[in-house]
Amino acid sequence: MSKQKQQSKKYSRSNLSAQEYQSLAKTKEPPRSILKNCIMSFLIGGAICCFGQGVTEFYMYIFKMTSQQASDPTVATLILIAVILTSFGVYDKFAQFAGAGSAVPVTGFANSVCSAALEHRSEGLVLGVGGNMFKLAGSVIVFGTIAAFFVGIAYIVLGIGGH
Amino acid sequence: MLAGQQTWKFQRQPHIISTATIVGPDEALGPLKDSFDKCYDELEIYEKSWEKAERRLLSEATSLALSKKNLTADDLQIYVGGDLLNQIITNNFVARELKIPYLGVFGACSTSMEALAIVAQLVSTGAVKKGMAAASSHNCTAEKQFRYPTEYGAQKPPTAQYTITGAGAAVVALDGDGPAIEAATIGRVIDLGITDPFNMGAAMAPAAVDTIIAHLNDMNRTPKDYDLIVTGDLARVGHPIATDLLLKEQVPINTTHFDDCGLMIYNIDDQQVEAGGSGAACSAVVTYGHIMNELNKGHLRRVLVVATGALLSPISYQQGESIPCIAHAVALKGKGVE
Repeated sequence: MSKQKQQSKKYSRSNLSAQEYQSLAKTKEPPRSILKNCIMSFLIGGAICCFGQGVTEFYMYIFKMTSQQASDPTVATLILIAVILTSFGVYDKFAQFAGAGSAVPVTGFANSVCSAALEHRSEGLVLGVGGNMFKLAGSVIVFGTIAAFFVGIAYIVLGIGGH
Repeated sequence: MLAGQQTWKFQRQPHIISTATIVGPDEALGPLKDSFDKCYDELEIYEKSWEKAERRLLSEATSLALSKKNLTADDLQIYVGGDLLNQIITNNFVARELKIPYLGVFGACSTSMEALAIVAQLVSTGAVKKGMAAASSHNCTAEKQFRYPTEYGAQKPPTAQYTITGAGAAVVALDGDGPAIEAATIGRVIDLGITDPFNMGAAMAPAAVDTIIAHLNDMNRTPKDYDLIVTGDLARVGHPIATDLLLKEQVPINTTHFDDCGLMIYNIDDQQVEAGGSGAACSAVVTYGHIMNELNKGHLRRVLVVATGALLSPISYQQGESIPCIAHAVALKGKGVE
């Protein structure tokens, strides 16, 4: 112990500037697997859409609906499944590898509403569930509406966009 | 007694006479499973809300730390504790049950050692005879407050960390047979401009380095004087950065075992925890469980625990502010070590 004490000397403190440190930290960041994420989201997002198409075909075939009529119950079915998976705590685990594949389809929207409602249930129905349900989905609705407004204007003025 | 600028070197060294650790199911799957007093098999901890779950963990850890030595709350004159929730609400409720004079502290994930340092100082000076330090965190309360609803499907980047579910408590007294607390180094707030709340390891690494260097200088020691220097929750991204920064400043950190509680607590490659563990309880349960056992068995002689904390709020990072970080160090000494 005393020998070690003799060896000890004052260490200088790091004088790294914030900029230098940030570039150093950047080099230590593990790479985000963008290619793998793209492939996974393509496959899983595509699989969800294929499944949705299957549900549409089911309604068209069994209930003799047109494809337009079948689209509403299809969306409702996908939402129901997403809500059930969220409630059983499966959807978030699945999203970790599905990425945008599970976030972009309507199932992702359902998951954002359902997860917020579940999370804030302990704070009561009105202030908890009601007040927080659209915490995440709210911005989708706001900016979706704004985007629709401008697309609508472009459609009226220029005759482009719309459907 | 003050040593240097930042270190309290205890003339009368207090001892950690009893500890208790309670964790959730993910921690029970990790390599330190056997060092915990109790592992719950479900995240809800048999309660109706996440907040109650965390409260139960802390409440049980504090009572267990007392009952192990046949103590009651009346034997203690101070309880110092903290957690990650707004208004450190978990500790406020637990202190309501304990009815011990209470100081609530917030140091984010550095809370464990902040509380231990304060209790050690109070015991050492004789302001109190016995005191308890504790810290808790719960994965889901932290997710709810700092990130997204727990069931929300957001993909986490590989730099993100997984808040551990657990609580750790330690009873400190002047006389006793547990490991002694030699010194505590109080950290400074260091902020090198990292703004990403999903990369807290990198944000906190400079704070850990600052405190380690201050401690070694104040105590006139080298890393070799410790069998283990352990950081709180720098995890897979921050810990190698801290190692590099220390070596860059000519601190021979490679002459000791330099580890991180956030890396020790999980099987990082097999569990879905991204870069590793974090949370106020991370350093608490590893120190009061595994490290305490090793000190008591004589496998470790001297240990420096450097708990690291990212002092951000959900609002501060949304407003684009960088993350102020801190680290507090406590030097522990095994039985009979001179």
